[in-house]
Amino acid sequence: MDLKLDDHEKDGIRVVDVEGEIDVYTAPRLRELLIELVNKGDYQLVVNMEKVEFLDSTGLGVLVGGLKRVRAHDGSLDLVCRQERILKIFRITGLTKVFGIHDTVEEAIKARKSEK
Amino acid sequence: MAMVEVAFTPLPAHVRTARLVAVAVARRSGVADSLLDEVRLAVGEACSRAVEAHRQYCPAEPVKIALTDSGGRFEVVVTDAARGEAAALNGATDAGDAAHAVAVAAGGAAAGSSAAGAGQPLSDARGGLQDGSGLAVIAELADDVRISRTADGISVCMSWPSSVCEQ
Repeated sequence: MDLKLDDHEKDGIRVVDVEGEIDVYTAPRLRELLIELVNKGDYQLVVNMEKVEFLDSTGLGVLVGGLKRVRAHDGSLDLVCRQERILKIFRITGLTKVFGIHDTVEEAIKARKSEK
Repeated sequence: MAMVEVAFTPLPAHVRTARLVAVAVARRSGVADSLLDEVRLAVGEACSRAVEAHRQYCPAEPVKIALTDSGGRFEVVVTDAARGEAAALNGATDAGDAAHAVAVAAGGAAAGSSAAGAGQPLSDARGGLQDGSGLAVIAELADDVRISRTADGISVCMSWPSSVCEQ
């Protein structure tokens, strides 16, 4: 399956819904969207990965790149994911300690709001 | 011994095809369902690395994959022909070096400086993870990994236990 991207605002936070496979072929599209959002001033991001079927190190790199960009503006990038096969690659690379990873979009937003 | 060989033009779009073929052959070879995600990810990482190397050094040459089932092992060998990449790696072609890349990544995260912190080369200029991260992921996923230099480039050999008798 190809990559489907959508985004909407919820409680002042930009939620990016990702569906499909994030790999060396599709990851540039996600990178472009994250850059576009940051350039528009969206520095509080939640990337919803509940419908992501595959993620490789290229995709991880794009998420790390997005995190760097929002952090440069004192922003945040949290993830929503409950899928073990996706979480595994975050654990292998140690990135579970870098990203806030939540079970639902609502939890991610709540956690972010409580840190403010 | 059963064998499937695939050669593909080094385009990112074809990496997905390679993953699909690898999982199909692995399933046919009797690799446990619980390992198929690992096969998918490891083969994807190896092919992504090879495609990037070919695009930089030899875009006209195909990336080659050989999938074999023999002696209770399912083995995948991804071979590139990027001599320049092999030279650039300059000896960093074993899983130990790859694992070091992960340790650096994990260490940066654990230190609390995070990926966004200064001085932590977790991501490169293109937004990808640092060089070697793909190999590090493979090292963690495959049951057995051997990375070697060939006459033309780099060969990544990965294997998992299989159980199907040949027919």
